[in-house]
Amino acid sequence: MPEIDNNLDSNIDNNDNNLVSIRNLHFSRGHSKVFNGIDIDIPKGKITAIMGPSGTGKTTLLKLIGGQLKPQQGTIHFHGENIPAMKTRKLYEVRKKMGMLFQSGALLTDMTVFDNIAFPMREHTELPEVMIRDLVLMKLQAVGLRGARDLNPSQLSGGMARRVALARAIALDPEMILYDEPFTGQDPISMGALVELIRSMNDALDLTSVIVSHDIQETLAIADKIYIISQGKVVGHGSPQEMNQSDSPWINQFVHGEADGPVPFHYPAHSYKDDMLQGV
Amino acid sequence: MFDWFAQLGKNTIEFYARLGKEVLLFIQTILSFWAVILRPGLIIQQLYSIGVRSMLIIIVSGFFVGMVLGLQGYNTLVDFGAEESLGVIVALSLVRELGPVVTALLYAGRAGSALTAEIGLMKATEQLSGLEMMAVNPVERILAPRLLAGIISMPLLAAMFSAVGIFGGYLVGVDLLGVDEGSYWSQMQAKVDFDKDIVNGVIKSFVFGIVTTWIAVYEGYNCVPTSEGVSRATTRTVVYSALVVLGLDFLLTALML
Repeated sequence: MPEIDNNLDSNIDNNDNNLVSIRNLHFSRGHSKVFNGIDIDIPKGKITAIMGPSGTGKTTLLKLIGGQLKPQQGTIHFHGENIPAMKTRKLYEVRKKMGMLFQSGALLTDMTVFDNIAFPMREHTELPEVMIRDLVLMKLQAVGLRGARDLNPSQLSGGMARRVALARAIALDPEMILYDEPFTGQDPISMGALVELIRSMNDALDLTSVIVSHDIQETLAIADKIYIISQGKVVGHGSPQEMNQSDSPWINQFVHGEADGPVPFHYPAHSYKDDMLQGV
Repeated sequence: MFDWFAQLGKNTIEFYARLGKEVLLFIQTILSFWAVILRPGLIIQQLYSIGVRSMLIIIVSGFFVGMVLGLQGYNTLVDFGAEESLGVIVALSLVRELGPVVTALLYAGRAGSALTAEIGLMKATEQLSGLEMMAVNPVERILAPRLLAGIISMPLLAAMFSAVGIFGGYLVGVDLLGVDEGSYWSQMQAKVDFDKDIVNGVIKSFVFGIVTTWIAVYEGYNCVPTSEGVSRATTRTVVYSALVVLGLDFLLTALML
């Protein structure tokens, strides 16, 4: 359990400490509104978790931060520069400072584990092959998979694939890593390994981490700051302790996993009685 | 009634929006060629998987098509006592029409479908998204080398098809049916014009190379990222390529004759 920084909340309005600040973000897909004016601050050097029920657009939020999607309204400042307003070339420059861990790993299937991790280095640096080899082995050692360097991605288990993807995400020593549902579908052992890795990497490499997840216990255990999103709005934010003690019904429902509450169990529909009586 | 008009308008707007997006992506891909040329390794890899690995089917098909041309041509020509012209018939049919067209059709089935499936699956498994987040532009890294390799491969494959076909026609005509060997080759030499016939054939297969590879690459890049989406995109690649090749062939022939 990491130490919890009680001063976090006072940082929210202090832009110097925020690597990313999102203001009044609106995004809709077709007719459905995914985000309806959200504000999020991601403090430098901390682990920020963005949580919420499935389908609230958490992955979409990461894609917006990475510039893969453009919002209809609002700003996303990274190092003080607005990502949605960037030209393609600039955007690709900025992405070198970000790493992203995809839920599926998104490893390139036509190359080995070693080549996958070497890939960003070969694409973006002029380093000699000997040095790339050393760097790749160091990254693999960090995730405990130095021995798996010659395997193909199809030979990896889900947990291993995610660790390889993590090694690749840190290949270029980014300032920030975006984790998309890092704990989903992991067995308890790889889950523990991942939790440990995310925390220790964040501290050892002086990273800023953003975790999108709905695994409450794991996320509460490592996050410094939590945002809960529901139905296009931020419904609560604060430290894990504050979340646990919160009396907001939204946060309570989510943190304690209640089936019904402000987030209804039923998908919006006509009245049950009318539906049943209507016949065919 | 108004619904119908609204739907028509919506479809038209969507069609042009898609077309515009496709043209922009095409221009972007072409502009990325300079970056690809600096990395010949990428092109060579694609030349191998697109071009070299299509050679077998192209050569075998060319051989049989040439043999059939030899048989059919001989049977018709012999009625007029003009079987010495067999070489001309075989060579002109292959170089002008069958070489570029049949090669393009086979290429769409062999390499085009593979390209669409590969890129489509890369999209479905988030690999394209992953590349973007690694600050590697998939247009430069994935689309451009494949398109360039396709454009280079197609005229070479068509040339191979024609060459093997002429040889197949020779085997059937000269060795099997007894056409005079000297006239087979000499009439061919005399009647097949470099500028009019061979260059026209090369221009055709160059255009087919651009069109079929682009359709394959675009369908993959733009597919719905599910297994059904990839399968539909692969089918579309083969169908669209075949239709466009045959349509363009008529157009190009009409323009160049």
